[in-house]
Amino acid sequence: MHELSIMQSALSIALEQARQAGGTRVHSIRLRIGALSGVVPDALEFAFEALTPGTAAADAKLAIEHVPARFWCAKCAREFQADDMFAECPECHTLSGEIRAGREMEVASLEID
Amino acid sequence: MCKECGCGLPGENPVGISAEHHEHGHGHSHDHDHDHGHTHEHEHEHAHEHAHGPGEHHGHDHDHAHTHPHTHSHSHTHGRTEHDEGHEAVAGERRTVEVRRAILDKNDRLAERNRGFFQARGLLVLNFLSSPGSGKTTFIREAVRALQPKLKAGVIVGDLATDNDAQRLRESGAPVVQITTGTVCHLEAEMVSRALKRIDLNGLNLLIIENVGNLVCPASYDLGEDLRIVLLSVTEGEDKPLKYPPVFQLADAVIISKIDLAQACGYDRETALANIRRVAPKARVFETSAKTGEGMDAWCRFIAEQRRERSERDPLNV
Repeated sequence: MHELSIMQSALSIALEQARQAGGTRVHSIRLRIGALSGVVPDALEFAFEALTPGTAAADAKLAIEHVPARFWCAKCAREFQADDMFAECPECHTLSGEIRAGREMEVASLEID
Repeated sequence: MCKECGCGLPGENPVGISAEHHEHGHGHSHDHDHDHGHTHEHEHEHAHEHAHGPGEHHGHDHDHAHTHPHTHSHSHTHGRTEHDEGHEAVAGERRTVEVRRAILDKNDRLAERNRGFFQARGLLVLNFLSSPGSGKTTFIREAVRALQPKLKAGVIVGDLATDNDAQRLRESGAPVVQITTGTVCHLEAEMVSRALKRIDLNGLNLLIIENVGNLVCPASYDLGEDLRIVLLSVTEGEDKPLKYPPVFQLADAVIISKIDLAQACGYDRETALANIRRVAPKARVFETSAKTGEGMDAWCRFIAEQRRERSERDPLNV
């Protein structure tokens, strides 16, 4: 259940950035979460609801943008998307160990006033 | 409560670190509060509240002039975009602030700091991850013994509670520090950096970090290690790599442990190897038994080779 501590970090980044930008209320927080991050979006939602009351983000909406896993195939010299987390090139079926995207865990943007 | 050993009631920071069984030096925990005390003098406390680990308390006021230039640069980088937008926006108007910041940014920066520290000391650092009960502690104890003629190792071990693993690891003769994380299911770079202050690193050239037994959460946290090692015992089922891809995808080496039990539990070697290759095609795979010693030679050669390669590449090592 490390989603709680991850959400805690995300929320403190969001609140700090909102404050620095002169905002008093946070309306929405947008996160980017990669398919290979090991983080479950549902658990993040749950943690968000538990952590926001009493903060400037008390009524904020959480938007989670899913980032699919992408790998590099050295044989075909191209990047490919893998929807099942396994890095098999759809063209040549070679297995790739080179992750190009999908590990993201990022606070992307905020809506504030 | 005591921040050193984690004993007593859980407080806001229940993580404990103990180098011996239990050192009840409670006076120390009060000193630590000074770390926080001096951050108030500055606006940028977020950037560096963890930059000073406990144990660095004395004489800090004097050091500060040197550490601050770093923290300023951090704040500026992160604040760049929203500052621009903030100036243009009218207060009270709804607006979007681009943040684009890694959620574990703070951990990642501390991990980089650890990495630099390890490199400067010429330490090869391994982060061991596995499910609970797959044999990390026994494997590490035997690996430390087997490596002893070539490499001198220290161990940092993380568990939610007890120092049982540290006791077992001390049987190897290596210096051991136990981190008790309380309820935290993984080690973080900051915990490692605090533990480093409790271990005598002089003369060591290998540091093994035994993470909390968990195949999910520890994968997200960089500790500053050189190599990430994932352990999988033959009793856990050949499809484990398929069930927990993220942790295996980041493995530099996968150790299949307890192969002395392979026959008894009907372990299908070919399937297990194929599954590991599917998720971690680049990882080196070692089949071992810490009990019988099988496969330990290959593992020790790998570690000695990694250490040599790194020290040859290191510009500090001339």
